[in-house]
Amino acid sequence: MKNAYELYLLGDSAITIQFGNAINEKTNNKVQSLLKLIKEAPFAGVKDLVPAYASLTIVYDPTEIFNLCQADENTPDCLERLLTSYIGKIEASGKTERRRMRIPVCYHTSLAPDIEWLAATHHLSVSDIGELHCSVSYLVYMIGFLPGFPYMATVDERIATPRKPEPRNRVEAGSVGIAGNQTGIYPFASPGGWQIIGRTPLRLFNAETDIPALLQPGDEVLFYPISLDEFNRLSAA
Amino acid sequence: MSIRVIKQGMLDVFQDDGRYGYQHLGINPGGVMDAVALRIGNALVLNSWNEAVLEMHFPAPELLFEQDAFIALSGADFSASIDGYNIPLNHPVSVKKGAILSFLKPVAGIRTYLSVYGGFVLQEWLRSCSTNLQCGKGGYFGRQLKTNDVILFKRAFNHSKGHASRQFYVYPFSANTTGLYCNNNIRMVAGPHFMQLKLEDKNNFEKKPFTISNNSNRMGYRLKADALSLMNELNLISTGVTRGTIQLLPSGQLIVLMADHQTTGGYPIIGNVISADFSALAQTKPSQEIQFLLTDLSTAQKALIDQQQHLLQVQNACTFQLKELL
Repeated sequence: MKNAYELYLLGDSAITIQFGNAINEKTNNKVQSLLKLIKEAPFAGVKDLVPAYASLTIVYDPTEIFNLCQADENTPDCLERLLTSYIGKIEASGKTERRRMRIPVCYHTSLAPDIEWLAATHHLSVSDIGELHCSVSYLVYMIGFLPGFPYMATVDERIATPRKPEPRNRVEAGSVGIAGNQTGIYPFASPGGWQIIGRTPLRLFNAETDIPALLQPGDEVLFYPISLDEFNRLSAA
Repeated sequence: MSIRVIKQGMLDVFQDDGRYGYQHLGINPGGVMDAVALRIGNALVLNSWNEAVLEMHFPAPELLFEQDAFIALSGADFSASIDGYNIPLNHPVSVKKGAILSFLKPVAGIRTYLSVYGGFVLQEWLRSCSTNLQCGKGGYFGRQLKTNDVILFKRAFNHSKGHASRQFYVYPFSANTTGLYCNNNIRMVAGPHFMQLKLEDKNNFEKKPFTISNNSNRMGYRLKADALSLMNELNLISTGVTRGTIQLLPSGQLIVLMADHQTTGGYPIIGNVISADFSALAQTKPSQEIQFLLTDLSTAQKALIDQQQHLLQVQNACTFQLKELL
């Protein structure tokens, strides 16, 4: 039961492998490991691999899969056969090596529209919020919502906060937010419902580079606080 | 070797079959909404099937040909005209320098496509020329066309083969598109949460008309109907989603994810529109009604293979008909 999973179809061109419905590192490691295995030796027709918290979605060219079917085998069976061979190797692929990323964040109230409310709600000071946010390292479980938007967890329970009941019309690029026990960074200015507690001067998404997203699924992230002056200096750079 | 935008349209963007291989970074595939039109349009001007085409919505642009060109229009019928004369859909058309292409009114469908012999000179980003408006990359400088933009062609064409006196010449054969677009019955494969719908919603699902809301675009089609509900509330975490995924929003309404969809989502997944019917849905306009038909994977696959066979025949016919002309 170690690698218990469910397969479900997303129409005729994608399939999802789901390892339960929980957000934890162990489950996500399976996702990352499976992603790596398929990436290294993809079967014909794989167009895209979309890892999430506890699942991997494979977008494929259905005509290619059709050609991979053995006699009397239908496509779902063929996909299951192909995927089972990777899933069987998950354990053997060993411990996940993580890329460590340090990200500066300015927690000044002028860049953090929700930090005072958050502090009041949790009976903490504004500086406590930043300190607690920087006190642990986070795993990038997945990228989604916007290009380069990292879903990271797990934030200290003392600052875990639900999303805003009404999303803001505009959250600035670089804004660092909290939603439940997750933390994330907006790579673009966008409408959004996360509680904004700071801003990073780093560019989370740069279309001019070969790998346009600064963070990738499986990265380990550590935040460190910077002053408003440093933020302005780094932003200008 | 260029066209000039005399008057910009509502949303004119270059698209090919999409940008795959980057969804793990949150970069959506984009691409044409109507993949049938992409293939038809390219077949008619002897391009490879995935050459980027101009996707236009209504009000559509006015385009001036600054050089001779060999073009085709596919997808929606916007009553296209050159210098006042009607230009039919799905025909190859030779156009003389100085001609102006405009679109009078939307007759059928909501996205029309311009393909040009040799293709347009565009910006490739992450292996695709599709325009990603969010990232400002791909296509024509990553944005929609504006008045006075000039787009170059990759290859020159000489209009003066026997019809130099005319502003344009419509070749007397067309791509046969019969059966390539289904009617308003959109087929879907049930998703992981379809069985979680309340019994009456499940049983009535195929009988229920869904109206496409005005709040529908290249990212998603929002549908309006009596609210659907689940037997039990599901506490889901985000998973990957794809083109055609039908999600149930907290309001009880459905949204179908279209070309510019987000890569992940946390709403219950009721089903997925089959690939063969996606183009028809993409051409269905807001305020129109659709109905879903549940189907299985092998039917979905067969429909897609039949569609691709048909498109291949169109491509072969075009190559045969036009081989002496170019």
